[in-house]
Amino acid sequence: MESASNPYGVDISQAMIVERVALADWLLVFPVALPLLTAAILVMLRSRPKLHAPIALGVIGIVLFSNVVLLARVLDDGPFAMTMGRWLPPFGITFVADTLGVLLAATAALVALVCALFGSTSINATGQRYGFYPFLMLLMTGVGGSFLTGDIFNMYVWFEVFLISSFGLLILGSERAQLDGAFKYAILNLVATTMFLIATGLLYGVYGTLNMADIALKSEGLRGEGPLMMLATLYLVAFGMKAAAFPLHFWLPASYHTPRLVVGALFGALLTKVGIYALLRTLFVLMPQEGGALSGVIAVVAVLTMIFGVIGALAQADIRRIMGYVVISGIGIMMAGLALGDEVGLAGTVLYAVHSMLVMAALYLLVALMRQVGGSYALADLGGLYRSHPLLAAIALLLVLSAAGLPPGSGLWPKVMLVKSALDGGAGWLAFAILLSGLLTTLALGRVFALAFWRPRAGNGLAEAGTLDRTGMFALILLMIPILWIGLYPEPVLAMANAAAASLLDPVGYSLLVLPGGGS
Amino acid sequence: MIETALSILVGIFFSVAVYLLLSKHTIRIMLGVVVLGNAANLSIFTAGRLTREVPPVIPIDLNVPEIATANPLPQALVLTAIVISFSLFAFLLVLAWRAYQDLDTDNTEEMRLAEPKNDPLPPLSY
Repeated sequence: MESASNPYGVDISQAMIVERVALADWLLVFPVALPLLTAAILVMLRSRPKLHAPIALGVIGIVLFSNVVLLARVLDDGPFAMTMGRWLPPFGITFVADTLGVLLAATAALVALVCALFGSTSINATGQRYGFYPFLMLLMTGVGGSFLTGDIFNMYVWFEVFLISSFGLLILGSERAQLDGAFKYAILNLVATTMFLIATGLLYGVYGTLNMADIALKSEGLRGEGPLMMLATLYLVAFGMKAAAFPLHFWLPASYHTPRLVVGALFGALLTKVGIYALLRTLFVLMPQEGGALSGVIAVVAVLTMIFGVIGALAQADIRRIMGYVVISGIGIMMAGLALGDEVGLAGTVLYAVHSMLVMAALYLLVALMRQVGGSYALADLGGLYRSHPLLAAIALLLVLSAAGLPPGSGLWPKVMLVKSALDGGAGWLAFAILLSGLLTTLALGRVFALAFWRPRAGNGLAEAGTLDRTGMFALILLMIPILWIGLYPEPVLAMANAAAASLLDPVGYSLLVLPGGGS
Repeated sequence: MIETALSILVGIFFSVAVYLLLSKHTIRIMLGVVVLGNAANLSIFTAGRLTREVPPVIPIDLNVPEIATANPLPQALVLTAIVISFSLFAFLLVLAWRAYQDLDTDNTEEMRLAEPKNDPLPPLSY
């Protein structure tokens, strides 16, 4: 052992890992380290924006590939952990690859790849010089880090990383509406992450550790003395705000329609889902009993979020703003699974998160393409797109059905699971709310389809129609493949979602994986 | 003892921060954000337990400290949080200044460019 050759003669095996880390384990840091490094390189190449898109696409491709390899390994051999600096787990910062985190990280990388491709033509040279790709890489760093870290304070740091890069993306273009939207987005999100920080500081005061596995093991013994219920509530408020849950969602419709639409696609797909993921981790792994005690509140919040979100969508005349409200409505549906808290419900939430990442990105990209060929964002001006662009119309119809939870898209299966879980758990009103929000989403998005695609174009032609961006169309079709795949052949993803839900309900198993010795 | 005093201070910081955050003018909201960040940092510092005059330094001939020392970890956390909140605040200041220049107002009630007041209704007929 190394301790013998240690110059100080100290036995370090109690604090450090003395064996070499297996080479394959290093794959775990790729989804975080590679985008971070690339962002730095792209900033140095600031004066050569032509190089940005190819480099970024290549690196995101590698990140996606390493996420898929990680996912395959986790599914075959079970989850694994790696601690930075060779410290033993409670001391060092741990990264954990389990089904939940890696599945979401892989989906996020796929969405980022499509958005990077879409941005290569839709973001102009000024925007690229402004730093679209460096910010995109930093956003991926933060999102990937949040999904893979096993340390609660480290998760706060990754939240701030993607928050500050999202500021940069949000004001790309410096338009007046962007400054207005960005101000509200920035303040409210900053308050939310500060609440996350406060809760984490108090959590440290109670547990004396920040490692999530260690906390999960200790929460049993500290239930009598620590203010765990207050901590759980603080986390619910902080992450509910990040996820845009009612009544803390007002920053989202104020800001998501102002940036470039490819940025809207990234935000709508990734950022709110990180909030849901953090809620799953804190309420189910860290403090399962307290999370269970909050389920009544979460259920009410879920119903209000899904219904008010979709009512907001029905009231909008601008297709970009409709999509913002559809994002919020989806958050409500994911929170329904959190409130139900059984294995089927949680699997439904995880599957819905994957579905929502793909479909929301696709819907925002669709809006961008509709603007290109229809010349407007206003429902009153659009029309006749079915006649001029039948393929785009077919994709739009599939996306409308998928977002509403109808076959053949990916939205059907998670909703089936959530409704089944609600009915089994005796929460018929929750099942009714999920189905009602599905009906209203069909109305809101179906109207977009009917008016923009089906209706003949108004004679005087209010807006100039442009030509379709082929790269953008290719990116959208690329995103349709997993959406239809999940819809038509759900077994593999269903199995992953079930495994993720089962591991969420077994926090001790998660802890023993990270801390084989049983913790400090 | 000192923890109690600091807890009261943190409480005062939080109430000042909430009061400022609830006002309508952007500059007061910014000040509220700063105070809120400091309240968070102080609460982490206090939650990590305070030990006076025992620096966490291990004597040269020992492997572990002899007596309980001050906890360095909350200070590391606070340092991280200070750096982050400082950089975010720098960005927010520039954003608020640009918003003031471009929107000609620092009143959040009048910042309605992204969500105009007289938004048209969607077409009600096909």
